[in-house]
Amino acid sequence: MNIVVCVKQVPDTASERRLRQDGTVDRAGPEGVVNELDEYAIEEGLRIAEAHGGEVTVLSMGPGRAAEAVRRALSMGADRGVHLCDEALAGSDALGTSYALAQVLGRIGFDLVICGAESTDARTGVVPAMLAERLSVPQLTLAGKVDIEGGSVTVRRVTDEGYQVVSAALPAVVSVVEKINEPRYPSFKGIMAARKKPVQTLSAAEAGIDPGQVGLAGAATAVADFAVRPPRQAGVVVADEGDGGAKVAAFLAGRKFI
Amino acid sequence: MAEVLVLAEHAGGQVRKVTFELVTAAARLGEPAVVWAGPGAEAARERLAAFGAARVYAAESGEFDQYVAAPKAELLAWLVAGRAPAAVLVAATAEGREVAGRLAVKTGSGVLADAVGVAAGPDGAPVAEHANFGGAVTVHATVTRGTPVIAVRPGAVSAAPAAAAGAAELVPVAFTVSGAARAARITGRERAEKGARPDLAEAQIVVSGGRGTGSADGFKVIEELADALGAAVGASRAVTDAGWYPHQFQVGQTGKTVSPQLYVAAGISGAIQHRAGMQTSKTIVAINKDPQAPIFEIADYGVVGDLHTVIPQLIDEIRKRKG
Repeated sequence: MNIVVCVKQVPDTASERRLRQDGTVDRAGPEGVVNELDEYAIEEGLRIAEAHGGEVTVLSMGPGRAAEAVRRALSMGADRGVHLCDEALAGSDALGTSYALAQVLGRIGFDLVICGAESTDARTGVVPAMLAERLSVPQLTLAGKVDIEGGSVTVRRVTDEGYQVVSAALPAVVSVVEKINEPRYPSFKGIMAARKKPVQTLSAAEAGIDPGQVGLAGAATAVADFAVRPPRQAGVVVADEGDGGAKVAAFLAGRKFI
Repeated sequence: MAEVLVLAEHAGGQVRKVTFELVTAAARLGEPAVVWAGPGAEAARERLAAFGAARVYAAESGEFDQYVAAPKAELLAWLVAGRAPAAVLVAATAEGREVAGRLAVKTGSGVLADAVGVAAGPDGAPVAEHANFGGAVTVHATVTRGTPVIAVRPGAVSAAPAAAAGAAELVPVAFTVSGAARAARITGRERAEKGARPDLAEAQIVVSGGRGTGSADGFKVIEELADALGAAVGASRAVTDAGWYPHQFQVGQTGKTVSPQLYVAAGISGAIQHRAGMQTSKTIVAINKDPQAPIFEIADYGVVGDLHTVIPQLIDEIRKRKG
């Protein structure tokens, strides 16, 4: 089975994240890490390949630094990498990102595409569904469990209300939620092996991407303005002297919560 | 005035609250027209009209419930083509966001996901407000191509009955779901036990517990306080990782984002990833043994103390005041 895992390098959530003057995410300043949910996607891809045979290709779109995310996935055990890297792609919105990724996926081919359900930087959560729409394949998103049997895939979809069981024929796009598995740490052996694994770096032109549909200029959305939210002012902090609960109650009553 | 389409969220014949919030937001941009996928439009019509819906497009097919996202996106795309609305609003729920994404691809339009506010800009076109990086940055964004598709976070807009509410016209829509949209079939479903507590994302009050609760057993006091306040229960990642409380109640960067009127953080230190899920709450109360805990930097009221003594006393006080 040909499994492609889409990964995104994002600013570390433990760092102070910023927007640049043009409203795009500052990807140069804070330390970049693999988007946390994508680690679950990589792990799930590896497990499916281990159980059913096949190869795992990791695909990332992003600036030069995103190669680190590809390398990380390779050191976890993915077989090869594709890094879509082009200045023209910088500032792409969800419409442009899904278009660019779909162009590459169409070229490299797949039986199963696995994504994390959302990225920690933009948190739009729309790209996996957009990929399914663009690739005209079934969408099995928000999976808390993935089962492959023959030519079909069944997921336990985590919804706001509970769970759904969703089935479809392959090829398909799957997105996974947190806690679907326990992502492995790259072993020393894995890190060494990753150095020898093939990584193909593609420009937009090489992927057949129309530059008019990507990047900040090709985006269908625009940031009008943005402002850093003023930090919250610390309020009153009191010590519990046997009356802590009563003090909180008085505060809540003063604010009409009780 | 141009129409603004609103995709109704409903379950078991009940209109979900977010639908009224979307109608309220749509009225700021044009004439709200609700799109109702599945049975039950007639029964909901009057309530939708009270919030300002001028029209309800009713596609009665039962198939919308059997497949993931694609049929609803197809229905909306079909209506966009036929009605040329000024915008389409959906709820930023699990499925709503996916419907929004697919609709944006189908119509070649910009999509603004997870908006916390919607208003008409100087040219009348919609401007969406976003709380990025867990509310650290406020962003206003617009759609520059196609029909704006905006997914609005539940609870972000207050539903307001329309001042001059009329009747909503019911427009039956003869729409057939295509074969392509039937690719991912829902073969089973299971509703999570919700109990009497409000939904975490929509609750006015959220009581969250962290590592300081000490154990699954120790976490029970959080539920008791939540019930005394009529609140939803949340948990920090430390708690859900330890298995003391179910994962779906995690508040934070990788969990739910909440913005209630009151957020009570008990035994939660307030790491940046937790703050990203709750720092836009109107009022924050913190209870923690460690006076250096960063949660106190953003709390309106903090008590340095053991939650296992402070909370039981607080519950007693609440009961006394409630008589």
